[in-house]
Amino acid sequence: MHEMSLCESVLQVLETEAQRQQFSRVNTVWLEIGVMSGVEIEAMRFCFDVIVRNTLADGATLEIIEVSAEAWCLECAQTVGIQQRYDACPHCGSFQLQVIRGEEMRIKELEVA
Amino acid sequence: MCTVCGCGTDSAEHSLIRGHSHSHAAGLSNARMVQIEQDILGKNNQYAAQNRQWLAERGILALNLVSSPGSGKTTLLTETLTRLQGSVPMAVIEGDQQTSNDADRIRATGVPALQINTGKGCHLDAHMVGHALESLPIASGGILFIENVGNLVCPAAFDLGEAHKVVILSVTEGEDKPVKYPDMFHAADLMILNKIDLLPYLTFDVAKCEEYARRVNPTIQILHVSATSGAGIGGWIDWLICAKPLIQA
Repeated sequence: MHEMSLCESVLQVLETEAQRQQFSRVNTVWLEIGVMSGVEIEAMRFCFDVIVRNTLADGATLEIIEVSAEAWCLECAQTVGIQQRYDACPHCGSFQLQVIRGEEMRIKELEVA
Repeated sequence: MCTVCGCGTDSAEHSLIRGHSHSHAAGLSNARMVQIEQDILGKNNQYAAQNRQWLAERGILALNLVSSPGSGKTTLLTETLTRLQGSVPMAVIEGDQQTSNDADRIRATGVPALQINTGKGCHLDAHMVGHALESLPIASGGILFIENVGNLVCPAAFDLGEAHKVVILSVTEGEDKPVKYPDMFHAADLMILNKIDLLPYLTFDVAKCEEYARRVNPTIQILHVSATSGAGIGGWIDWLICAKPLIQA
């Protein structure tokens, strides 16, 4: 969707944390990306390499942990797995679902030097 | 300085602190792990929270209007401004990749407008809106309309500090837009089905469209409007008045 600006935000966080936590080089970045976050993983990888060029994370490895989606079905009163926002509950067919997992876009951890 | 506890790097000082058990990196060549646990959009969300507070302190209702290009957002907006002019203070932030055409159309109604050109960007972000708030004259208790870049994808993820996202879908588009672009319809509190005066000439299935919208967002409110014929505009004006916060005394 807007992977370029997301990668710019990631770089901003890296630069802020580099000052705060005293590191000068980022070797690996772990991101948690929910399957319903709207993030295109391949685009993210492409943009990341471009954005981090000539920065403290130049050449860093991007590790993406995909987070599957879950919703709370109001009809069944239980947690169910879904793939997309417009999915119905796999048990009762209701669309009264509240997404509880799968929208993550988080920087989880870094390996730095 | 030690970034874990904030103490100095002096080793003598360290030895005096009881329970200071974490190790300090010996040199820059040593790789180490750093826990971050931050939202990628955390910075944007901080700016959005600042905007939201600024708006709340002034009792201003801010709406983030989103749609695909050509849904009739600007026409709906100029029609709304013309009707409410004189009774409610209003201002408009216009987001477009290029040109000030839309801001010019808004200013023609007499309402102050500020154009943000996003250039290569595909959406407004909270930082841009924060700067716009600094220079846009808007009275307390007013309504701020933020017309986002015509795009049903990216603006869904960027909180601007608005009270509600309002998604505008025109009946000249497909009725399956809500399931094609579910993130946006999920993020919106209100869907305005625009250009309903054209329904007799189209095969647009209104009931199907509403069903799709409720699949991705069971609580979405829906209004039928024609900005050009004026049909349903009254319902939209009523919605605005109801959504407006009570001005703090």
